[in-house]
Amino acid sequence: MSVSMDELGPGLKIRMKNRNIDCYVFFTLALISLVALGVILYFIFAQAIPFVGKLKVVPEGMGAIVKWGQDYSHTRLWDLFSTRWSPASYKHQFFGMVPMIVATTVITLGAMALAIPFGLSAAVFVGEVGPRWLKDIFKTVLELLAAVPSIVYGFFGLIIIAPWVRESFDVVSGSNGLSAALILSIMALPTIASLAEDALHAVPNTYREASLALGATKWQTIWRTLIPAASSGVIGAGILGMGRAVGETMAVLLVAGNSAFLTWNIFRSMRPLTAGIALDMAESVHGSAHYHALFALGAMLLLIALVMNWTAEWFHVRLLRRQGIREG
Amino acid sequence: MVKRPEHREIDATAGRDAQVDATRAWVKRTFYGETIIEIWDLDFFYGRNRVLHDVSLGIPKDGVTAIMGPSGCGKSTLLRTLNRMYEVVPGARATGEVIFEGENLLKSDPVILRHKIGMVFQRPNPFPKSIFDNVAYGPRIHGLRNRRKLADLVEDALHRAALWDEVKDRLKDSAFSLSGGQQQRLCIARALAVRPRILLMDEPCSALDPKASDRIEHTARELAEELTVIIVTHNLQQAGRVSDNVAVLLADGELAEFGPTRSIFESPQDERVADYLCGRFG
Repeated sequence: MSVSMDELGPGLKIRMKNRNIDCYVFFTLALISLVALGVILYFIFAQAIPFVGKLKVVPEGMGAIVKWGQDYSHTRLWDLFSTRWSPASYKHQFFGMVPMIVATTVITLGAMALAIPFGLSAAVFVGEVGPRWLKDIFKTVLELLAAVPSIVYGFFGLIIIAPWVRESFDVVSGSNGLSAALILSIMALPTIASLAEDALHAVPNTYREASLALGATKWQTIWRTLIPAASSGVIGAGILGMGRAVGETMAVLLVAGNSAFLTWNIFRSMRPLTAGIALDMAESVHGSAHYHALFALGAMLLLIALVMNWTAEWFHVRLLRRQGIREG
Repeated sequence: MVKRPEHREIDATAGRDAQVDATRAWVKRTFYGETIIEIWDLDFFYGRNRVLHDVSLGIPKDGVTAIMGPSGCGKSTLLRTLNRMYEVVPGARATGEVIFEGENLLKSDPVILRHKIGMVFQRPNPFPKSIFDNVAYGPRIHGLRNRRKLADLVEDALHRAALWDEVKDRLKDSAFSLSGGQQQRLCIARALAVRPRILLMDEPCSALDPKASDRIEHTARELAEELTVIIVTHNLQQAGRVSDNVAVLLADGELAEFGPTRSIFESPQDERVADYLCGRFG
């Protein structure tokens, strides 16, 4: 015997109606975030693309000399990938962003090389080895660290880390890539440690028991079972930490030295993309080639972040497939 | 009231060595074999909560020994005491003596101990690795690097767990691609690969269907030919089918009866055990 909707009373009807409304609300909210992303992408690229064709270009040596003139048809996209950045001179202007791309890459990789091992070790110690009360303190301290404004980290870098780097490594100036990498690793550490700890905590206890019951020591269990099983979360932690490092501006600006010369040497002064934009934006003439070049830097930053994300995601999927969690 | 047969016959005032010898002799008479583990006055606490009361028991070396009892009587705890797996629970504490290979295992190194005493858990818990890597995990952590030896060991362990024929063509597949019963046999193979003397099974069939349970029981019987199997179960029929000897714990964590399965099932001496076996509680 079937029961009609009316017999079940009006409550059900209202609920059925509301169900659809809920659906629309969530769909709209999801759509808004998608639209926001789309708008950001559109404006960055819309402002970056006019760079091409803005100035007259005379090729010379490594880069391209750009002359400020009447003919606005000769800047090419390729000029952005030359190795000299010198946008402010009156006669010759260079818009090569390679030094900044290199600086961002070196500083980010340096920061991750420090932050991931330390963050993971901290997570392992707190989650698996140390006593329980330590965990609560640790979590609180991490949240505090994550809440410190980045300019404060910059001061810390300027006063403590830069002098320390100068004296320890016997270099001319403490404002260099290494100082920036150090300060970024400290900033990314809370994110990485906290997320990695969550990932380890989410590993089923049965894996721990299975490994221990086979006569594995605590360390063997951590290395061979827990970290591999938590790897997707640990990689996610790394990605988020790296995201913070790539996009960080203020702290880096204060300690990196900011000279826009091409160098792979982390002990030299470097200007990463973020600092490049922040330093020049106030000085550039609205609508000039310089102005559009800065948007091109922003677009480049976005691309680097996306490529890093995709690479990490690719590793992640491959790993899950090997563990058999996701079908190939 | 509590029947601890070995104690009835053994002089409590004698020295510990004499008592151990007397227990061995008692087990030998009763089960026609030797003991592999002797448990003396074992008390177990989770925090202030006492789970095992003064358990004393000699486990025969040959055959399958079942530990039975109603839910919450501490049978899994007793099993986990034997390979010190209770230590993963904070606040768990055991006092007394558990003699294995002439040493009190409560005071020995748990890593070496677990190498000799393997364990299979209630639910199949393979690692998120390939079938081969699951079985090779134990030998690898004990330092075996030689690929051929490793492959031989894995094959042997899978044979003994009666899984080889089903997985020989797909050793590289994920362990999660196996069915529940196969996963449990994989876990048995994984435990066997480190060549333990004793295999502990903690309700190994509780998550399996009857057919898969049947295969696990067969495997357990076959394994008993070469090593000591101790199995915890709350299933009376299973204990009857699989075990040679049975220990019955009661709800307050005392050992009520211990002896050959047949004699306990046919003529239990403790009234409460008789009630339990008739299904009046538990």
